[in-house]
Amino acid sequence: MDSALLIHRLQFAFTITYHYLFPQLTMGLAPLIVILKTLAIKKNDETYNQAARFWAKIFGINFVIGVVTGIPMEFQFGTNWSHFSRFAGGVIGQTLAMEGCFAFFLESTFLGLFLYGEKRLSRGMHWFAALMVFVGSWASGFFIIATNAWMQNPVGYEKAPDGSVELASFWSLVLNPWAWLQYAHNMSGAVITGAFVMAAVGAFYVLSNRHVEQGRIFLRLGVIAGLIVSVLQLFPTGDWAGRMVAQRQPVTLAAMEALFDTQHGAPLVIIGQPDMTNRTIDNPILVPKMLSFLTYRRWNAEVKGLNEVPERDWPQNIPLLYFAYHIMVGLGTLFIAVMALAALLLWRGKLYDARWMLWILMLAFPLPYIANTAGWITAEMGRQPWLVYGLMRTEEGFSKMVSAGNGWFTFLGFAGMYTVLSFLFLFLIHREIERGPAPVTAPAQPQPGQLRPAELQ
Amino acid sequence: MIIAVMVTVYVVLDGFDIGAGAVHLFIAKNDTERRTILRAIGPVWDGNEVWLIAAGGTLYFAFPLLYASSFSGFYLPLIMVLWFLMLRGIGIEFRSHLGGGLWTAAFDFIFSTASVLLAIFFGAALGNVVRGVPLNADGYFFEPLWTDFRVGVNNGILDWYTVLTGVVALVTLIVHGSLYLTIKTESKVNSRSRRVASLLWPAQVLLTILSLVATLYIRPDVMTNFSKWPVGYVIPVIVAGCLVYLFVALRSKNDKGAFLASCGYIVGMLVGAAFALYPNVLPASTNPAYSLTIHNTATGAHGMQVGFVWWSLGMILAAVYFVFVYRMFRGKVRVEEGANEHGY
Repeated sequence: MDSALLIHRLQFAFTITYHYLFPQLTMGLAPLIVILKTLAIKKNDETYNQAARFWAKIFGINFVIGVVTGIPMEFQFGTNWSHFSRFAGGVIGQTLAMEGCFAFFLESTFLGLFLYGEKRLSRGMHWFAALMVFVGSWASGFFIIATNAWMQNPVGYEKAPDGSVELASFWSLVLNPWAWLQYAHNMSGAVITGAFVMAAVGAFYVLSNRHVEQGRIFLRLGVIAGLIVSVLQLFPTGDWAGRMVAQRQPVTLAAMEALFDTQHGAPLVIIGQPDMTNRTIDNPILVPKMLSFLTYRRWNAEVKGLNEVPERDWPQNIPLLYFAYHIMVGLGTLFIAVMALAALLLWRGKLYDARWMLWILMLAFPLPYIANTAGWITAEMGRQPWLVYGLMRTEEGFSKMVSAGNGWFTFLGFAGMYTVLSFLFLFLIHREIERGPAPVTAPAQPQPGQLRPAELQ
Repeated sequence: MIIAVMVTVYVVLDGFDIGAGAVHLFIAKNDTERRTILRAIGPVWDGNEVWLIAAGGTLYFAFPLLYASSFSGFYLPLIMVLWFLMLRGIGIEFRSHLGGGLWTAAFDFIFSTASVLLAIFFGAALGNVVRGVPLNADGYFFEPLWTDFRVGVNNGILDWYTVLTGVVALVTLIVHGSLYLTIKTESKVNSRSRRVASLLWPAQVLLTILSLVATLYIRPDVMTNFSKWPVGYVIPVIVAGCLVYLFVALRSKNDKGAFLASCGYIVGMLVGAAFALYPNVLPASTNPAYSLTIHNTATGAHGMQVGFVWWSLGMILAAVYFVFVYRMFRGKVRVEEGANEHGY
């Protein structure tokens, strides 16, 4: 691979992977915070406001890092992928700019009001601010997904005389079926992260016998929401996403499953390592005919294998794609099991005393991050060797004028910068969790709206 | 046109918080006073930065070639701007979370330094656009950070001209930020801010004249549009008028008037530059025929029309939020308000 191309890809992969650790939590927490605010008003119980305030702080820290790591993403389309931008900017610039104009303004404005304005706003307005933060963050997610979906499944464009593409139909761009299915799958994935993190903090508090009342709220909401979205993640959204890949990117599907030969009644691989030289799978454990059934709803349907297409049209890194996909699916299945068990215990009233379950919940929170990341690696590696599926190959899209040396310079700079950010982030989150939601009865907290008690010192 | 408006809005808005950041270390002598400054810009700074994102996005869909060419050509300064924006964000947000001696000092330093460098880089970027960049026939270019500091064909990002525009931007934004602080603060911070603005005013006048002369020297053709449409001469008159009024308003302690004059000055300078360049958006220093113009970089008609519709809608919404937030957090930020709900 051309070394300049390699470094441009590395930098984008690194910055986007790092960036998405933060929005997945904010998008996941936003609806849960709205639920907490709603419960506070419905039950007229200050405890829920306290809980909402605690999660708003966690949200705020994640939001700041999400913003500062998000700005480079928009810039890099131009700085590192200028040939792609020139080619596709007339189309995907639309959705990216809409994110800025609608979602981002909305989210940042109402987050400011939500975090700093509780004293100045009425209860209803404060609830509304929370709702708008939720709407803004989810709208933001949609516009980004719509952008990615166009690269996966380009629609609504026409070729301009200079070889670039122009927008031909705005509505086909925003109603791209790929966008909506991918959006559903992605957003329920984000809520899984939010729910697992909430449940983990709750479990931590209950296990360590601190803020127990709040901890139980976190557990209750985290487990119930977690069970619902874990199920949604597999069915129907995961199922939709899989069948869409089969229909529009058949080579990608074959690569995800490392299916080399076209088969009637293709099996589903549970375990096994792809052997690219001999075009087989080592020590496979298979579910016979399952892949055909899942994809086409017929046990003997034909699934096309990789051998049908020339190797230059294969995704370049099939083992990585294969493992990313299998990690995502494996963890997704595990989430359902964990949350179903926890929900059962919750229903029977035994969850808060089942310390083994609380330990599992407390330690499980990194897994959704891994699963979401693996899912995105599947989507992006699976699209290769295309940058815009069927229209532009990845090696045509990067900035030809920016040399590998300059690329390495900025890549290492980002790596250093993000390392510092990580330490700061972990430190701040650790501190918030240590401090915990302030107790309702404490005289030091008479006013709602004092969000950062440390500042009072 | 729209992009120009958005960039201008961004500069006017984020300009004052960058400026306030740049003088942060000098105007505020102790922690309480520094907190006051941060509280003055705290609720609005990230909203202001959203304008940068929105402008970038709009540029992207409306003028893909311009976006692609300028972003990759200005690769190094842009990525560094990103780093400074990040550092500034970290400084401003995390300062409040990590109270106490060394942390605070470190974040203050990061915040101020990043603000100063941002102002200079933005100014240098504008200088590059006016001066022209070494575009090739495909409409691409790449500039190293500097070459020999001469204005010629073999440009670097920094040469004597763009260093000059960088300094102009720094001084302008410092004045702008100080004036914002005079509106938002009281007592010592207020009077020191006013003093900074008064002290820098002569420098601002001098630099404005100097940059004008330098521009005429390196690009005599900027006068073409002015002779073609003499109405353009209004712009330098407005700029000069704003500068004079700024001085008068400072003298009479009319803080709002002075701040508005500074806004007017910035808008005038940017509009003047855009007017002089029109229809070029990125002139070539290599061959005038390679220049990027609004005609050869614009996207197709449908995209433009659709974009204009939702863009107008988005801007109306944004203006509503914006007015709402500024009204909520209006008024002076008091030094003695140690504990406040902003947490700064």
